[in-house]
Amino acid sequence: MADKFIGTPRKATTHVNQNEDLIFEKSSSGKKGYRLAHLDVPAIDPATLLGDAVRTDDLGVMPELSEIEIIRHFTRLSTWNYAIDLGMYPLGSCTMKYNPRINEAVARLEGLAEAHPYQPESLSQGALGIMKLLSDCLIEITGMDTITLQPAAGAQGEFTGILLARAYHEANGNPRKKIIIPDSAHGTNPATAAICGYEVANLKSNSLGMVDLAELERMVDEDVAALMLTNPSTIGVFESDIHKIADILHAKGALLYMDGANMNALVGKTRPGDFGVDVMHLNLHKTFSTPHGGGGPGSGPVACKKILEPFLPTPVVKTNPDGSLALDYNRPQSVGRVRAWYGNFGMFIRALAYILANGPDGLRQTTEDAVLNANYIRAKLEGTFDLPYKTRSLHEVVFSDKLQARNGVKTGDMGKRLIDYGFHAYTVSFPLVVSGSMMIEPTESESREELDLLIDALKQIAREAEENPELVQTAPHTTRLQRLDETTAARKPILRWKAPAANSELTPGTAAKEW
Amino acid sequence: MRYLPKSPADREAMLAEIGVPSIDSLFETIPAEYRLTHDLNIPRQHSESEILDRFRAFASNLANGEIAELATQPASKPFASFLGAGAYRHYRPVVIDSLVQRGEFLTSYTPYQPEISQGTLQAMFEFQTMICELTGMEIANASMYDGSTGAAESVLMACRVTGRQGAVVARTVHPEYREVLPTVTKHQGIPITEVGYIAATGRVDLAALDAAITDQTAAVLIQSPNFFGTIEDVATIAEIAHKKGALLIVSIAEAVSLGIVKAPVEADIVSLEAQSFGVAVGYGGPYCGVIACKEKFLRQMPGRLVGETKDKNGKRGWVLTLSTREQHIRREKATSNICTNQALVALMVTIFMTVYGKQGLRELAEQNLAKSKYLRDTLIAAGATTLFDGTPRFHEFVLNSTESAAALNEALLQKHIIGGLALARWYPELGPNATLWCATELTTKAQIDSAAAVLQATHEPEMAGAK
Repeated sequence: MADKFIGTPRKATTHVNQNEDLIFEKSSSGKKGYRLAHLDVPAIDPATLLGDAVRTDDLGVMPELSEIEIIRHFTRLSTWNYAIDLGMYPLGSCTMKYNPRINEAVARLEGLAEAHPYQPESLSQGALGIMKLLSDCLIEITGMDTITLQPAAGAQGEFTGILLARAYHEANGNPRKKIIIPDSAHGTNPATAAICGYEVANLKSNSLGMVDLAELERMVDEDVAALMLTNPSTIGVFESDIHKIADILHAKGALLYMDGANMNALVGKTRPGDFGVDVMHLNLHKTFSTPHGGGGPGSGPVACKKILEPFLPTPVVKTNPDGSLALDYNRPQSVGRVRAWYGNFGMFIRALAYILANGPDGLRQTTEDAVLNANYIRAKLEGTFDLPYKTRSLHEVVFSDKLQARNGVKTGDMGKRLIDYGFHAYTVSFPLVVSGSMMIEPTESESREELDLLIDALKQIAREAEENPELVQTAPHTTRLQRLDETTAARKPILRWKAPAANSELTPGTAAKEW
Repeated sequence: MRYLPKSPADREAMLAEIGVPSIDSLFETIPAEYRLTHDLNIPRQHSESEILDRFRAFASNLANGEIAELATQPASKPFASFLGAGAYRHYRPVVIDSLVQRGEFLTSYTPYQPEISQGTLQAMFEFQTMICELTGMEIANASMYDGSTGAAESVLMACRVTGRQGAVVARTVHPEYREVLPTVTKHQGIPITEVGYIAATGRVDLAALDAAITDQTAAVLIQSPNFFGTIEDVATIAEIAHKKGALLIVSIAEAVSLGIVKAPVEADIVSLEAQSFGVAVGYGGPYCGVIACKEKFLRQMPGRLVGETKDKNGKRGWVLTLSTREQHIRREKATSNICTNQALVALMVTIFMTVYGKQGLRELAEQNLAKSKYLRDTLIAAGATTLFDGTPRFHEFVLNSTESAAALNEALLQKHIIGGLALARWYPELGPNATLWCATELTTKAQIDSAAAVLQATHEPEMAGAK
């Protein structure tokens, strides 16, 4: 008697979403995902036109796929990402707020998306109008006198701001030598000072995590060009003595630079221009809701006081006597250009749409909700986690892993474990002034219900750290990949895909296809 | 406010939980004299439809301008444009926007937590691989802000690699890239020397270049195709640079050229502006710079890098790597202060390169060549001449019209055509009649013929007068 038919034996596999090769591994010779328009002019022979300069190789590993395969490839990849649209990012200092979709819609209007940066000014009034209105709004929000939108991101904004300070001092006869930077500062601050030709003088925070006024007073002399201060600081605390800080600097002719990374705590409630700041940058991709997009693009406008205006990068938007707008290139004292054209214009559109959607009352409520959310988390988790600084928090709160570290559970472990609970990790090990820091910035975009879920998750993790530390130390447990080997990645870098050698044996189910 | 997910009752309850009487208590660390007591003077809250209307008004103001005579033109008729000069209008396959608008890409953070960022990381790894293939380099980073800052960062990188301080830059490099360079280098004691071009060919003056390179020259920076559209002799320039121990940096402003123009394999560093690969011209940004180079310079490369690795179960995956070069670890000793890059724009570029792929990138480049040749032939037939004839070029060329750039472009505007870019601002030696023209696959024969008709008409009266 024949064996009972049991069907084709089939190895259980994970869902296709879990199993997507590199685009190059999916490519097959001769497939196409495009069709060019009919050529309405005579065809040419490239070799005749280009001679020796013609490209003769076949573009090697460049992929060949149909449109459906391309859509599926990138859609599947997208499902491996966490995102704001999926849930909360409690990442301190990153201001991961909701990215409104109207911003995307207006940025894609044809007249804006297709505007060429060299088209005549008479045909660019709409683009210049957007830049002008955004500038006016940001000047009002910051309380400064003037602004450049040119810097491509926050770090380039810092660079521009310090260049302005340098140009100002040079115009007064001496560029000076040092920039003072608190030890709690983001890494871009010292890197920026260095590329502007300044020495970095490190300012130690006091026991409250704030600027130590006596120490600052001791450090500031005629060699100091500026202090780069993040306010609220990276521990989420407003520098209450900000006007005294400004006075100490100004008394010696030094300037106060404010890193605007944490402006989400201040908009509509107070203005840096009013409390003594001379120059600052904004991160439109933080405070003004332009999307992070997996790491960029950003936009880092720099607002400043009148004394720095002559030095702004070229060009600046000006208003002609007839009311039309123009680009002014005739600025002899300018620090020059920091990038081509006028900045990340597409981000200006989005930021302006966000400001319009909010209005003055909405922006103020946004700030209040952001601060409310951070303080709610703080109130609910204080005691569960060590709170190194007790000063009133604004938009973010910094805990430490001190209580959990006794069981060998570190901030990084708990951040990874948070992933199992459906959240992105908080900011791990920054700022450097707090050992084992856990920096949480919820933003205004989280409902009370969502905050409660995060709070419950963190309490549960704290309990796990007590009762089953290994569970936390080996997290995450639910993701497709777990604890990737970053050491080997850095030691033996593989930074591009290479086609297998032509004579190598092709065995399905090995190496690349093992999952 | 529609973006805020809280009821008034939620706020009250949360304040009670915190144990403060009012929201203002939470702001008490801000000294009272600096607390705002009035509304910001900005436009009132807008509905979605009002925002749309407002931006549509801005957008239409771009389409037809406010100048009275142009306002009489129907707003619906778009302008034909022959502008290029570092910002190129190419067709953007619709799948690009479908995919990059997925929230999982659009609203994700920098992939510092690789377990939940593999989508962005794998796409960046694919980006790096494709950029290497097209540029002929061994490694590429995961993007820079744009071509101008990428070129400047390449010069800084060359200084670190060679231990020298100084760069020689061709005047045929994009003028705005050349303006950015000294802003970045001047406070680091890196002198920049410019080298001119041969009037007949529009290419770098090789003898002058040779003479300008000293034992303190870290790099020679050229662009190819250069600002005039002509293709530089990269191999010979590389030889001249290398002979004196300097690196060669090749800046490429038009990525589409790589489909048909030989990759600059003799270069040490390539700084590419990838805007042409699926990124809207968008009034100048955001674009997508990228630095590619020889592997031996890896440790001096600025910007983020994605590398392959395995997870604890041996599965293949990707991580941000070699971050010890970067500011968040190295602080003032970092290779650059760059932090945020152009990730989402790099994803657009990746999708574009995938859609066109191996065959399409070549065919696309060929169409650009064909359109440009037809444009040039047609304008010459209409009575203009071109500069730098006889030198191989991609899709741009310098036109020398019989009247000034201003007069010609004004006549073209009347016909809803934006003519070439006037060059006298940066190259006064070319005279007031020189304009830089560009044709891409989107330029139609009808647009070219219309522009030629305007040229013809502008000098016909003059010809008649000469009789």
